[in-house]
Amino acid sequence: MDVVEEEVTTVVGPEVDRTRGTKGSFLLVPQNWQGAIVPLLLLIAWEVLSAGGVLPANWLPAPSEIIRTLVDLTKGGELFGHIGITLARITAGFLIGATAATVLGGVAGSSPLFRRLFDPLLQSLRSIPSMAWVPLFLLWLGIHETSKITLIAVGVFFPVYLNFLSGILQVDRKLLEVGQIFKLNRTQQLRRVILPAALPAYLVGLRSGLGLGWMFVVAAEIMGASKGLGFLMIDGQMTGRASIIIASIILFALFGKLTDMAIDRAGRHLLRYQNY
Amino acid sequence: MIAEKSVDSTLQVRNLHKRFSGQQGEVVALSDINLSIRTGEFVSIIGGSGCGKSTLLRIIAGLERDFEGEALLDQERISGPGPDRGVVFQEHRLFPWLTVRDNVAFGVAPDAPAEIKRSVQEHIALVGLTGFEKSYPHQLSGGMAQRASIARALVNRPKVLLLDEPFGALDALTKIAMQQEILRIWEAEQTTMIMVTHDIDEAVFLGDRVVVMSNRPGTIKKIIPIDLPRPRDRGSFDFTKKRNEVYQEFFASAENAPEYAI
Repeated sequence: MDVVEEEVTTVVGPEVDRTRGTKGSFLLVPQNWQGAIVPLLLLIAWEVLSAGGVLPANWLPAPSEIIRTLVDLTKGGELFGHIGITLARITAGFLIGATAATVLGGVAGSSPLFRRLFDPLLQSLRSIPSMAWVPLFLLWLGIHETSKITLIAVGVFFPVYLNFLSGILQVDRKLLEVGQIFKLNRTQQLRRVILPAALPAYLVGLRSGLGLGWMFVVAAEIMGASKGLGFLMIDGQMTGRASIIIASIILFALFGKLTDMAIDRAGRHLLRYQNY
Repeated sequence: MIAEKSVDSTLQVRNLHKRFSGQQGEVVALSDINLSIRTGEFVSIIGGSGCGKSTLLRIIAGLERDFEGEALLDQERISGPGPDRGVVFQEHRLFPWLTVRDNVAFGVAPDAPAEIKRSVQEHIALVGLTGFEKSYPHQLSGGMAQRASIARALVNRPKVLLLDEPFGALDALTKIAMQQEILRIWEAEQTTMIMVTHDIDEAVFLGDRVVVMSNRPGTIKKIIPIDLPRPRDRGSFDFTKKRNEVYQEFFASAENAPEYAI
């Protein structure tokens, strides 16, 4: 299955083989919590080393300091504005990119002529490194929202397009033949056989598209913005406050994970036939 | 139209030729096939791989349209698939995202009469899958999946059921159970059945007639009537005799010669 190289998404459909055992405890920690041991120890070490002055505070502030920064930002209310604008950008970019990819992928999947004419072009556009678009979009669309959202949409487009198209093209010919046996017309084949069969690949595309969308929103906001989590990072850099940068990183991770989980949940629901 | 020849014949294949053009030029898949199948008959078609037996079945199913000669169902030319023919393939080909019930109902038109809608449940029961209506294909064993596939093919009450090595991928024990099942279904539904197989035992156990095909080009070598009463006993003398008769069509000279020498 095609996945744009920039984002590595190996999860196909719902995650399988999750070790849920609670037996075999290490330090009395059940198996499914053991992954938290090392990060917690590192956090404690980090806190202790920072408090002891081993790690310079302007370089790597203590976890408690980062939490304090987050609380302060929240209290001032400005954080919500930054989060809101970032979420608005990624939502708009994701919707535009995913919609365009769904339409073009669907057309390419059902029309060999369209595929011959446009797929090579799209495939070669895909090999342009994402950041290379930035100056051009800034030139064309200015420094405001349009260029940012366009950049995000471009990032989202390719994984969704490629996965959806390959999902359609890889539909088992044998299942299509069953459709033929029951005299399905083209629309019915599409609706009843091709789309359900391509759905797992499509969902993989949406997930990696969203991952790329988050990468591009960071890029867009670092390039030039007066609001947003990416701006907050740059602001922290300018004013020499590492705690703000790290707090922003944590927020990006948090929201990236939350939106990914949302798609994963929706996917699991749609593909629940695989889990029963 | 005048039904001049063989009044009780459901399916007729006349002077059928089929070529495939590949990269190494043309391959004759079927040559001069003539076959007439009576209503309610169970016909086994047997041959080695590449003899065109599946191609013949696909032509009757309407999946292959580019051929010479004609295939008639109730005096009408077959020019494509239709609800009067059901097909069961070697792989169950169930849709993984549909439950057993929805798979069986796949070919039922939304505006189908209530009688056909009832037939979904009836056929689930007929193939012994009552209680598994809400299961998904990957939860079924190979034999159960093939049962669901048979129910799906029968749900529109076709005149002819075409079976393309349907039990070829099943283990030996399941296979024997399924052979008995398909006979029971055949007797219950009185559908004409044509089964392609490479298993001599299966062909003789099931068929009223066994059509033996030869390789390259695929032709009908011989049609052997199996006039044994059912249920057939695979160990009986008559059964063994019939099986040997079919066997010798394939391995006449090579393997039997030393036997006589001993």
